[in-house]
Amino acid sequence: MTAALRFDPIRLPEKCEQLRKEVRAFLAEEIAAGTFDPHKPNREDTDAPEFSRRVGAKGWLGMTWPKKYGGQERSFLERYVVTEEMRVANAPTRRFFVADRQSGPVLLKYAPENIKMEILPRICRGEVCFAIGMSEPNSGSDLFAAKTRATRTDGGYLINGTKIWTSSAHIADYMIAIFRTSPPTKENRRHGLTQFLVKMKQPGIKVNPIGQITGQYEFNEVVFTDHFIPDDHVLGEVDGAWKQATSELAYERSGPERFLETYYVLTELVRAVGPNPDTRSAEGIGRLVAQLHTMRRMSVSVAGMLEAGKEPVVEASIVKDIGTVWEQQLPHRVRDLAAFVEETASNRETLERQLDFAIKTAPKLTIQGGTTEVLRGIIARGLGLR
Amino acid sequence: MRQWQDTGNAVAESDNIVVETAEKIFADLADPQTINNDKKDSWQAPLWRALSEAGLPLSWVPDDLGGSGASLADGFALLNAAGRFAVAVPLAETMLAGWLLAQARISSPEGEMTVLPASPKDRISLDADGALSGRARGVPFAKTARHFAVLAHGKDGVSIALVDAARTRIEAGLNVGYDHSDTVTLDKVQPVAIKPAPKGCDQTTLMLMGGVARSLQIAGALESMLDISVRYSNERVAFEKKISKFQAVQHNLARLAGESAAALAAATSAADAIANARSFNDEVYLEAASAKIRCAEAAEKGGGIAHQVHGAIGFTMEHILHRYSLRALAWRDDFGSESYWAVELGRLVANRGADELWPLVASR
Repeated sequence: MTAALRFDPIRLPEKCEQLRKEVRAFLAEEIAAGTFDPHKPNREDTDAPEFSRRVGAKGWLGMTWPKKYGGQERSFLERYVVTEEMRVANAPTRRFFVADRQSGPVLLKYAPENIKMEILPRICRGEVCFAIGMSEPNSGSDLFAAKTRATRTDGGYLINGTKIWTSSAHIADYMIAIFRTSPPTKENRRHGLTQFLVKMKQPGIKVNPIGQITGQYEFNEVVFTDHFIPDDHVLGEVDGAWKQATSELAYERSGPERFLETYYVLTELVRAVGPNPDTRSAEGIGRLVAQLHTMRRMSVSVAGMLEAGKEPVVEASIVKDIGTVWEQQLPHRVRDLAAFVEETASNRETLERQLDFAIKTAPKLTIQGGTTEVLRGIIARGLGLR
Repeated sequence: MRQWQDTGNAVAESDNIVVETAEKIFADLADPQTINNDKKDSWQAPLWRALSEAGLPLSWVPDDLGGSGASLADGFALLNAAGRFAVAVPLAETMLAGWLLAQARISSPEGEMTVLPASPKDRISLDADGALSGRARGVPFAKTARHFAVLAHGKDGVSIALVDAARTRIEAGLNVGYDHSDTVTLDKVQPVAIKPAPKGCDQTTLMLMGGVARSLQIAGALESMLDISVRYSNERVAFEKKISKFQAVQHNLARLAGESAAALAAATSAADAIANARSFNDEVYLEAASAKIRCAEAAEKGGGIAHQVHGAIGFTMEHILHRYSLRALAWRDDFGSESYWAVELGRLVANRGADELWPLVASR
């Protein structure tokens, strides 16, 4: 009666701690230089292309990739450290985050050599921004209902249709998208979608910003009208995108960004209650810290599995499920605990401003990148229930 | 046995001789269904005998002090396995007692032992005549133990003593899992042996160690609750289909898997931290306290789901579910509840200051 679910206590190797010091020192310099304010969580308001290039110059983008593509051939655990330190500092990572986490690895696996040589080194230098074109107006979680068509033409494809909720499309240089190249078959409704590399800012692509409830314009509608994509921009098997999506999800779903999105309010609460909190505050903080520590240990464990070449899809889904529900509830728990914080606490205004933003951000956390419902379906499949 | 279908991970078969031995004994003599059918508790004596013959209760006692000298890590893995079988003999308690005695280089006697105090709030004092006095509540398996390992406070600091249970007063009680949880009163009791505790070994150390033991047991119980809940949902038919095919049930089981995973991750991480620690510093404190807090929360949430999936049958004495669910809930109370540890951890974090929180978390 042994369950096969394991989260081994992976420890970050010593070299990670040296790297962590370097990242912290770099971020401290950037903060001192006024690049960003670590107490201001709405970092998505700041597009920071110069910061992106400086992160690239440090060798912290595409750091696990082969050197011939500009990478450093370092471990996933080292990348993990860079990611979590950036996130906790509220650094403006939007310009490079998607490319580094997701798009680069897709290109590495499925792009032809000329494309890899052209684009991967630029990602590593922090020069290019990527978006992901999955959802459509009537196809969100149900990815395989996508209708945007890629029709065969001389030397490539013509794209017609609309992607939606596409983060960063308004600043992106590229998008990795799925388009319909064939209708689904009776036996396999997932058949018929193909993954493409799309060069943005080209004729036939119109990006319309969509206002979010946070007051930001971070996601977009992207309308394609007879947009041409050349043959060498097909990524992987034509009609076979469904085979390619799963392994990437483990990377996308288990990282520190899946529980640290609203972390800043916890730091600020600890500051507000001071060194001698009352019992209620102490218990509340203690529970939150215990939960945070546990999720991070799970997340690091999954990073260790990835480093070992495994595909921990179910484990990653568990991390994202628990992590996003936690980071969604966190601002509300902090608000509860802050109810009796002294009016005179020096950071009271900062905390209130942060809570205001975190509470508005919270609803999206269990939707983006795989809803809670989708994740629980994947976990249930892993349990042998479906 | 359940296997993940799409991860390709190896099944968590033990690669550890201590755990292998224990699992074999548990499977032969502590099968939850067999035990549950046995109204006379006649399974207890053969189980304890087999465990003792294999040297498992004294795993954490070095050879020269009468034990089998297993590593801390192996002992923790053994406790996790014991949780998977909801083992209801004082294996964890005797292991902890032997470990505590060994800290002061006191030999362990044969037979069942337990440790006291078992709550951070209770204190046993040592007077100038070398006698021990005080009251310890919620002491697991005190009623059946032959000896107690006692941590006591005297004017020269902390001491560790071996006490004959017959010289104490015991008010028997049962915890919510129907295991003994007793009040032990010592009134000027002369110990069998007593020595000063080594530097860095105090009541907090004992509570953290006991808390991690309980965390591993809870995690093990949750693994089994997940296992039997999944199996049941694949057997039980309602509305003309297996209940495992209902999305509401699937999502409940997915959450149970998450709670089980979180408990296991927290507990094994804390065990690993203690097994490799040179001292009980803030980092180890974070790990051990977090494990107890998170595992206790998982016992409530996860156990609740396991019962919901089972419906009425899981609420019967005839079904084995309660052996896991109620014990996991009971284990929350031993060596400091989750509320206690949350307050302590919260104070530690507040005292270190806001900007030291992330470095503490990231240090693990």
